[in-house]
Amino acid sequence: MAANMQNLFEEKQQDDTIKDQYLTFAIEDEDYGVEIAYVKEIIKMQSITKVPDMPNFIEGITNLRGDLIGVLDVRKRFAKPSKEHDEETCIIVIVYGDYTLGMIVDAVQETAIIPEDRITAPPSAKLSYANQFVRNIGRVGDDIKLLLDVERFLAQD
Amino acid sequence: MSDFDRESMLEMFIFEMAQLIDQLEATIVQSESEYNMDQINEIFRVMHTIKGSSAMMMFDNIAGVAHSIEDLFYYLREENPEGLDFKRLSDHVLSGADFVKEELAKLQNGQQSDGDGTELATAIDKFLQQIKGVGGPVSEAPPVASTHANPEKAVTAGENMHKYRAKIYFQEGCEMENIRAYTLVHNMQEFATDISHVPADVIDESTIPLIRNNGFMLEFSSSRDYSFVYDHLGATVYLRELVLEDMSAPKESPATSPADTPDDSSSDDDVAIAEAPASLPESFAATPAPADAATSAADASKKAGAASHMISVNVNKLDALLNLMGELVISEAMVTQNSELDGLQLESFNKETRQLRKIISNLQQTVMQMRMVPLSATFFRMHRIVRDMCRQLDKDVQLDIVGEETEVDKNIIEHIADPIMHIIRNSIDHGVEMPAERKERGKPAKARVLLEAKNAGGDVLIIIKDDGRGINVQKVLAKAKANGLTSKPDAEYTDKEIQQFIFLPGFSTNDQVTAFSGRGVGMDVVSSNLEIVGGTALVDSAPGEGTTFTLKIPLTLTIQEGMSVLVAGAQYTIPIANIIKSFKARPENLFTDPSGNEMITERGEIYNIVRLHEFFSIDGAVTDVCEGTLIMLENGEHVVCLLVDDLIGQQQAVVKPMPKYFKKVRGLSGCTLLGNGDISLIIDVAGFFDK
Repeated sequence: MAANMQNLFEEKQQDDTIKDQYLTFAIEDEDYGVEIAYVKEIIKMQSITKVPDMPNFIEGITNLRGDLIGVLDVRKRFAKPSKEHDEETCIIVIVYGDYTLGMIVDAVQETAIIPEDRITAPPSAKLSYANQFVRNIGRVGDDIKLLLDVERFLAQD
Repeated sequence: MSDFDRESMLEMFIFEMAQLIDQLEATIVQSESEYNMDQINEIFRVMHTIKGSSAMMMFDNIAGVAHSIEDLFYYLREENPEGLDFKRLSDHVLSGADFVKEELAKLQNGQQSDGDGTELATAIDKFLQQIKGVGGPVSEAPPVASTHANPEKAVTAGENMHKYRAKIYFQEGCEMENIRAYTLVHNMQEFATDISHVPADVIDESTIPLIRNNGFMLEFSSSRDYSFVYDHLGATVYLRELVLEDMSAPKESPATSPADTPDDSSSDDDVAIAEAPASLPESFAATPAPADAATSAADASKKAGAASHMISVNVNKLDALLNLMGELVISEAMVTQNSELDGLQLESFNKETRQLRKIISNLQQTVMQMRMVPLSATFFRMHRIVRDMCRQLDKDVQLDIVGEETEVDKNIIEHIADPIMHIIRNSIDHGVEMPAERKERGKPAKARVLLEAKNAGGDVLIIIKDDGRGINVQKVLAKAKANGLTSKPDAEYTDKEIQQFIFLPGFSTNDQVTAFSGRGVGMDVVSSNLEIVGGTALVDSAPGEGTTFTLKIPLTLTIQEGMSVLVAGAQYTIPIANIIKSFKARPENLFTDPSGNEMITERGEIYNIVRLHEFFSIDGAVTDVCEGTLIMLENGEHVVCLLVDDLIGQQQAVVKPMPKYFKKVRGLSGCTLLGNGDISLIIDVAGFFDK
């Protein structure tokens, strides 16, 4: 029921123009996708102020043109080893409900159109920790895009 | 009606109504034992405006209730009956006010106003009938219909009938004049018959220019006297000018027109005739007819005086102004502290920036001042709560208010109204004894609750003091233990520490849940609401003598004077108000107790040392106490010395809340932007003392 409501809500949010569109990004060797409806903008890596007493994946806060937003490190969230930031490292700014948050990713790739019939549920076995943040699996040509479960991703357990 | 029009009108409507209801409650509570003529007139006027405005907005349920109360007070005003049960009267009016408030709350939340006021209206009408039975002779029967369903019944035909001619001009730019005219005619049906008007077909939009230019002309018959009709028509929303003529009255009476009505050449041939019947009570004749119901908000505050010097501004605009102000302060720092200026000889530049700084700080003060609101409205609202509780609990309490003119930031007021209410409820429910018990203890039967506000440095203190039985320390401790809130042996708790337990969530010693308290949520609200605005609550109680609650709240939230300090390369901001001094430690003054707590003696006093880098688990900071800098901080009566790497300097900190996603961190109250765009975290000194 709750999941149903969630779907309805998302459907309502999505304009036809952004339906089926996903912003894809890379973490280690995998490609991920996040629904474009959540994406506000992409910014370059910038200075982030640490905040004490936070879960380890919360990197801190940063100044987005006068607005202060929280920043999460996607690698840390997926419990993957950290990587030195380089010129490809980006912050994807997403808006989810009341939250505006940045996600640090290795690199942003493209906006991909993945129609519903190219999306399947992930295999049920939860083999790795990072797996739990994947809601669906989409295919673009022969490539596999792991589609992010944003709600699960943001949960501060 | 377009959504936009409707919305902004609705907003204005809700605002006005809320103001009127506040005014109404204040009037009633102030004079509950007996109303004098002024108050009756006042209530009548308020109800009349409420009725008019809500009918205009098509909220017939609200209009219906207001109408009944208006009828009731019309009767009181006209007849001034003896031996009236004022308490019952007040109950009726207040329940009417509650109904309106409820409906307003619905509207405010974007719901429909769907409450049914018929029952209430009927009850009030019945009450009116009762008074009429008991009271003096009835010379003229005001309409008793709770709705305007049957005009025939309301109007008694006969020699009392007056024939009226009226001409109405709406304000320029009020739009939809035809609909307004229609509403007016519709509303008139309750007291008038034979209504004819020009233009005749007001539903047709093509009549708008006609009404706009030539006015809306009406002819009708009514049994009501001139003043009533004038008042009624005068309450029309967006009315610019009203000319009312009693055709059956002698023509020699002088013309009257409200003083603030602009002269309009088109009304030359219409002469307003005042009937001013001698039979009317003095006060009624003196009652100014509201010339413009759209300014009924101003009308409401007329009593407070100088209404023409006040404007009401949407808080959002003030918030936007304040945000801009914050940006300005930051960008001023960005310019004047720009790294490209480093090492340059800038004599005149520095002089000019000092001037700029001065102007900005003046501007900032003005902006802050604009947001300051006196506590009086919040305080006076408590009269109603005290009254209701006293009646329900059969207690006798007098609420004394002191220092209500004290001003605090608008945002803060919103957060402290609830805490004050909960504490007062608590004091009356738990603290104040029954009158009989009070007599036994040698106290006056009438209990006293003092609500006081005063300035204390950068803070405002709100004190709520009762002379009740005080807090039963043993009972509180037992309850705290039962709920697992204690963390050390009973004997180690001081009375003061025990009393603070009552602010914890889910704590209530009242075994019986009453309508007012006992669920243990009230006091919890007190501490959580105060936390939001950076305030603290203290309680002090003497058994048998009473309890004093002290709420300490900052004057303003948004821009604070702060000291920037450095820890491991990152800046933190400490509110200046908390800083006593900063100094370098000397090794001979340092010592450590057996459990590893570091302390320092400074001028003969001993203080705890808190290392900021340890408190926040920051790596790479200065760890040698003597190498870093100690800052002595106070919060209330607690003092601590904080170790930081270095001081940077004083600066204006524009306080921004932490992003919503972040949970509350102990020791942090928010963050602020620095001149270079970096973020500095603001230290919440109280966090060092929490356990």
